[in-house]
Amino acid sequence: MSETKIVDACNTYCPGPLMELITYMRQADVGDTLELLSTDQGSADDVPEWVEKCGHEMVGTEKIGEIWHIKVRKAK
Amino acid sequence: MKYSVVGAKRILIVGGGTGGTIVANNLARRLHGEIREHKVQISMLSASDQHMYQPGLLYVAFGQMMPDELYRDQASLLEPTIDFRVDPVVKFELEKKQVTTKSGDVHEYDVLVIATGSRMVPNEIPGLEEGAEFFYTEESAIKMFKKLREFEGGKVAITVGVPHKCPIAPVEVTFSLHDYFKARGIRDKVQIKYHYPINRIHSIENVAKWAQPEFDRIGVEYETLFNVEEVDAENKIVKSLEGTESEYDLLISIPEHRGMEVIEEHEFGPGGWIPTDRHQLTMEGQDNIYVLGDTTNLPVSKTGSAAHFQAEVVSENIASIIKIGAPVRDYKGKVYCFIEAGHDRATYAMFDYLNPPDLKPPNKSMHWFKMSYNQMYWTSVRGLL
Ligand SMILES: Cc1cc2nc3c(=O)[nH]c(=O)nc-3n(C[C@H](O)[C@H](O)[C@H](O)COP(=O)(O)OP(=O)(O)OC[C@H]3O[C@@H](n4cnc5c(N)ncnc54)[C@H](O)[C@@H]3O)c2cc1C
Repeated sequence: MSETKIVDACNTYCPGPLMELITYMRQADVGDTLELLSTDQGSADDVPEWVEKCGHEMVGTEKIGEIWHIKVRKAK
Repeated sequence: MKYSVVGAKRILIVGGGTGGTIVANNLARRLHGEIREHKVQISMLSASDQHMYQPGLLYVAFGQMMPDELYRDQASLLEPTIDFRVDPVVKFELEKKQVTTKSGDVHEYDVLVIATGSRMVPNEIPGLEEGAEFFYTEESAIKMFKKLREFEGGKVAITVGVPHKCPIAPVEVTFSLHDYFKARGIRDKVQIKYHYPINRIHSIENVAKWAQPEFDRIGVEYETLFNVEEVDAENKIVKSLEGTESEYDLLISIPEHRGMEVIEEHEFGPGGWIPTDRHQLTMEGQDNIYVLGDTTNLPVSKTGSAAHFQAEVVSENIASIIKIGAPVRDYKGKVYCFIEAGHDRATYAMFDYLNPPDLKPPNKSMHWFKMSYNQMYWTSVRGLL
């Protein structure tokens, strides 16, 4: 069964949101959805660029208050 | 009672590296009255009788330090009131508040501190162990130096796994490689290419902004969004998850890290990273267990410096809970990193959860400060700095 896992990368400069996402994507199973929480404006562009380049799937991006919620499905 | 620590006697620290040693010494001082009156007892269990100054490995890899300079006897770094044993923990039983060690001993505790660090796991990537040089262990750093000495020219590729300890190491090793080959008079025969997992050359934006023109100036090529998927050691090609590849004659890699095996086996959290409260540094759902250093799952750089600042918070809070029944401090994400910009210049980055670092141009005096810190470290882990 695939599930959604939260990756809380709010307020971090190093390693930063995309690094956090890469860490947890490596440990997730194919089909899992990860929801990255980020306060970094750049994540809304950085994450989709990476996801597209490595063939994972963008599920959705939404800004709630100050926090970006970026959902990604591990496709391979 | 909210804080189960009140009235407790036995504080057990698992891990005698940077974080564990500072917590132990700091607590031994803060609680010396309670220890003298037998109200508190501090014990430490570690996997080695030696303490290694890990940042020195980068110098070993370039022949600038000998491995024996990196070690001190762990017992010599600890306050005499700490009961220190070399007997690694193999089992944690949180409900029973006890751990079992390799020798079969059972240690009960009232307060547990976990600081077991992290380890590189190059075998997670097919071909990486056979194809690459590393500097994250003594053995690999010596091997890397010998390979560098033999190298007469060609393509050097640098790759970075995620996560890894010491986030500054990728840029530092790159600057050091440039200086090393320049000093040997063969820089013009060496092409250096740096590969980084995200879409700029360092995770810290200001470090990326500073390092990129420096790389351009010294002729280091770079490719971003490069997460190593496989190494073809026979044909000397490193391939990325993103679908690109680079040829190399010498591959220098900072591999992906994980928490220690014992932490992974207990499935405290994915990757052996223990879910930890960002501010109180307690293990999630466990008021009497503190976690610090590399083994936390915090979105904080895995550095000795973070372990040091966390150790101050942990020890101050454990002591205040014992003395007044409440913690007094929050960890605010503080990290301070020296950045060696080659063999004779350095700068630093200081940041926390809310404030990004503001980078100053590198200079010689910061380099000499880092060189003296390499010695001052021993004073720092004794809790005297
Ligand atoms: C090449 C390199 C360069 C670095 N450069 C820097 C730098 O410039 N600046 C910086 O701040 N940091 C740097 N670091 C990172 C720094 O060394 C670590 O982040 C730091 O040591 C982490 O402290 P820790 O207490 O979490 O773990 P460690 O210091 O690694 O200590 C872990 C301890 O746990 C013990 N242990 C392991 N398993 C068990 C068990 N089962 N039971 C009991 N004990 C156990 C080990 O024996 C060890 O004593 C560098 C690291 C490397 C490798």
